[in-house]
Amino acid sequence: MAIPFLAAMLLAMRLDRGTSRAASDAAHPGFALRDETSAAGIHFVHHRPTFDRKIAAIEPHVAALGASVSVADFDGDGKPDLYFTNSQFGAANALYHNRGDGTFEEVGASAGLADLNRAGEGVSMGAVWGDIDNDGREDVLVYRYGYLVLYKNVDGRRFVDITAQAGLRRWMNSNGAIWLDYDRDGLLDLYVTAYFRSDIDLWHLSTTKIMHNSFEFATNGGKNLLFHNLGGGKFEDVTDKMGVGSTRWTLAAASADFNGDGWPDIYLANDYGPEELYLNQGGRRFVLTTAGLESESKSGMSATLGDAFNRGRLDAFVTNISARGYLFQNNNLRLNQMNESGRFRNVAEGAVADAGWAWGAQFGDFNNDGANELFVANGFISADSSRSYWYSMSKIAGANARFFEDASTWPAFGNSSLSGYERSRVYLNRGVAGWIDVAASVGVNDLYDGRGVAVADLWNHGGQDVVVANQNQPAVLYRDYPDSSNHWIGLSLVGTRSNRSAIGAEVVLETGGLTQRRIVDGGSGFASQNDRRIHFGLGAREWVDRIVIHWPSGTEQVLSRPTIDRITTVVEPER
Amino acid sequence: MSEATGLSSAAPNGFVRVWQRSSRIDPRYLIAFLITLVLVTAQLRYHMLGSYDRLVVALGVCVLTETVLSLFDRGKVVNLLSAYISGISLTLLLKPQGGSLLPFVLGGFLAISSKYVLKYRDNHLWNPTNFAVAALLLLAPNHISVLSHQFGNDVTTNLLIWFFGLIIAARVGVLHITLTYVASFVVLNTLRAVALGQPVLAEIAPITGPMYQLFVFFMITDPRTIVRGRRKQVTVAVLIAVMETLIRLASDKGWALPTGFNAAPAFFALALVGPVAKWIDLRANAKRKTAG
Repeated sequence: MAIPFLAAMLLAMRLDRGTSRAASDAAHPGFALRDETSAAGIHFVHHRPTFDRKIAAIEPHVAALGASVSVADFDGDGKPDLYFTNSQFGAANALYHNRGDGTFEEVGASAGLADLNRAGEGVSMGAVWGDIDNDGREDVLVYRYGYLVLYKNVDGRRFVDITAQAGLRRWMNSNGAIWLDYDRDGLLDLYVTAYFRSDIDLWHLSTTKIMHNSFEFATNGGKNLLFHNLGGGKFEDVTDKMGVGSTRWTLAAASADFNGDGWPDIYLANDYGPEELYLNQGGRRFVLTTAGLESESKSGMSATLGDAFNRGRLDAFVTNISARGYLFQNNNLRLNQMNESGRFRNVAEGAVADAGWAWGAQFGDFNNDGANELFVANGFISADSSRSYWYSMSKIAGANARFFEDASTWPAFGNSSLSGYERSRVYLNRGVAGWIDVAASVGVNDLYDGRGVAVADLWNHGGQDVVVANQNQPAVLYRDYPDSSNHWIGLSLVGTRSNRSAIGAEVVLETGGLTQRRIVDGGSGFASQNDRRIHFGLGAREWVDRIVIHWPSGTEQVLSRPTIDRITTVVEPER
Repeated sequence: MSEATGLSSAAPNGFVRVWQRSSRIDPRYLIAFLITLVLVTAQLRYHMLGSYDRLVVALGVCVLTETVLSLFDRGKVVNLLSAYISGISLTLLLKPQGGSLLPFVLGGFLAISSKYVLKYRDNHLWNPTNFAVAALLLLAPNHISVLSHQFGNDVTTNLLIWFFGLIIAARVGVLHITLTYVASFVVLNTLRAVALGQPVLAEIAPITGPMYQLFVFFMITDPRTIVRGRRKQVTVAVLIAVMETLIRLASDKGWALPTGFNAAPAFFALALVGPVAKWIDLRANAKRKTAG
C-alpha cells in the first residue's frame, strides 16, 4: 500500500517540474521577434501616477495602470505611427511618426497630443483612434483617470481639443474605450469603460471606501458609457437607452458581430467579475446575455479577438491572473459558438491558460503560416524582488467584502512586488496539438510589467510587429521576422457608406482549405489598438481564392484572386 | 407536571426532540450534509466549480481508493461517507493550473491512501483532506493553489455556512474546538497586527473566508483525528492557532518559506500539530491501558 502512496507523491513532484513537450516546435517556430526599440528611435518611458496620500499604503496597486499603446496612421502616409500614454502629472504622452526608413520621430508636442497629464484634468490611461467625421483623418480619444478628451485631427499634423463641443467632457476613471458603429449609420460611436466609480477623484478623496466589493462578483465599479455619434462632431450619451451601463470594473472591451446577425456586439473583460457579452438588437438596444461566460468569474484584464483555429469565427481571448501556489484563475480562450449554441466555449488549457499575471494580449500570425499566434504581456508590479505582496493579498482576498472595500484596511504595500518580473509569452499555434510558449526561442525575454500590446506591420514588410507599453518602464518594439518562404496579404480598407476607418469591417479569406476571419480594430486587448490594416499569413499558398469583406454598412464585397505579398487598398463600393 | 406543561412547551420540546434524535445520527452524515450544503450553495450562487468534471474525478477517485484499500486492508468495504467528504472537500479546496484534472486524481488518492499508510496503533494521524492539500501545495505549488475568493466575499453565504456549521459542530460535539480555534485566531492575530503595526482588520480578515470555513468545520474538528478529551482538544486547538501565528510571523518577516505556508498557513499548522498531538494522545492512552 505504501508503494502506490509514495508513487503518487513522486508523481506530484514530477508534475511540478514540468516538461518541455514539443521542444522541437519551440526551436523552429518559423519567426523571430527582435527588440529593435532603440534602433527605431523609440525611447518612451511610462511613469505611474501619484494619488491622494489617504491611499498611500496601497498606491502601487491603485497606480498600476496607464501604460498604453495605439497604432494610427495619423498623417495618412501609409505607414503606421504609434501613440503612447503617460500617467504622471507633467509627463508627456508620445506620438511617434513613422519615417518609413525603420525609424520613428517623436512629434507629440507639435501635434498637441503630449501635454495631457495635468492636475485637475487627470492622467492618461489609453487612447483609441478613429475617423469620427469621415474626413479621411484619424481622430483620437484619450481616456484618463480624469476627464475624457477628444482631439480632432486637423491636417494630419496638428490636433485640436473638441471635447466640450462634442459633449464628451465627462470625468471617468477609465482604462478602456473602443470605437464601433453600433447603429450602422456610418458614423463611429464610442464605448468607454469605467474602473473606479466616476464620482471618485483619486487626488482628492472624500472616502477611502473606493475598492471593489468582491474579488469575484464586484458590481460597484464605474459605469461604462456609450456615446452615439450624432454627426457634426457631437456625441450623445445613450448608455441607459441602449442598456450597456455595466458597473463591473471593466478593464477592456472589444466589439464584433459575434452572432452573425450583421450588428456589432460588445464583449467586456471585467476585473473582479465575469465577462459580459452585450448582443446588439438591430442597433436599437443591447441585451446582456450569459453565453456561458458566467460560469467562470475571474479577473479579466484584456479582451482580444481573433480566429484562433481558422474556423472563420472571431473567438475571444481574455487574460487573467495566475500566481504559483496562490491563485490559478487561468486565461480564457473562448471559442465562438454563438451560431450553434448561443455560447462561447472555453478551451484554454495547458500553457496558454497560465501566463502569470497577464495583461494585454493580441493575436497575430507572426510566422505567416496561416494560423494566429498569441502575444501575452505579463507582470503586475516589479519592485523589491525579495518581497511579495501575495501573502498580504491572500489575507484579504478570501475575506468578507467589508475587509477590503475600504483601501485603508489593506495591508501596506511598501516596496513589495506583486507578480513582478514576469516575462511575456508568445504562444505558437499548433492547432489541435495546442499552444506552446516559444517566447524565449523567438527572442522575447524582457521582464517588464507589460500592459498594452499592439500589433502592426510597422515596416510594411509582411510581418506582425509587436509594440508593448510597460508600466512605469520603457516601451519595447519587437520587429517580426517571419519565415521568408511564407506568403501573406495585407488589406487597407477605406469605408464610404461605412465609417471611413472601416472599423468593425470583418474580412474572411478563403483559399486552399484555409479560412480565416479578421476584423478592423476599433480598440481591443488592454489599453491598446492594433493597425487598422488587415493581415493574413498564407503559408506556402501562392494565391488567394477569394476574400469577402463584410462592411459595417451591411455591404458585402468579394475580391477574387487578389495580389499577395503586398498591402492592397480596398475602397468600399458605393452601392 | 409534564402533562400540565405539555401544550405550552410543544415547540421547545419539538426542537429538543429533533436535537436528541439527531444525536443518534452518525456524525459523518451531519458533516456530509454540511459539506454538500457548502458545495451546492457555492455552485448555485457562484459557479465556483467551473466544470463538474473535477467533482466527478475527485469523488470517483476517493470512493474507488477507499473501496479498494479497505477491501485490501480489512477484507470488506467500509462506509464510504468519509471518502465522499474528502472528495467534496478537495473539489472545493483545490484550484489547479490550467484546469488540469490530475491534481484531483492525485489529491483524492493521497487523501484516502494516507489513512491506510500513515497510521499509528491502527489510527490515521492526518485529516485526509488536510494531508492531501498540504502535500500537493508542498510538492506541486506550480500546479496547485487553494480556495481563496471563489465564494464571492459575500456575507450572506458566510452566515449560512456558519449557521449550519455551528449547529452541526454542536451536535457532533466539537463546537468547543471550533470556537477555541476562532477565538485564538482572533486574539493571536490581533496581537500580531499590533506588534507589526499592520491594520488589525486585514490580519483577522482570513477567518471570514471560505477556506477557513472548511478548515474550522471539516478539518480541525475531524472526529477521527482529534485527540480524546475536551480539555486536550481545546489545548490542541490553541496550539494549532499558535503554530499558524508563528508561520504567519515568519511570512511577515519575509522568511523563505515554501509558498504553501504563505498561502494556507492554517492547513500547515494543522498538518504539523495535529498528527503529533494525535500520536501523543494514542501513545498515552495505550500506556494507560497497559498500566490498567
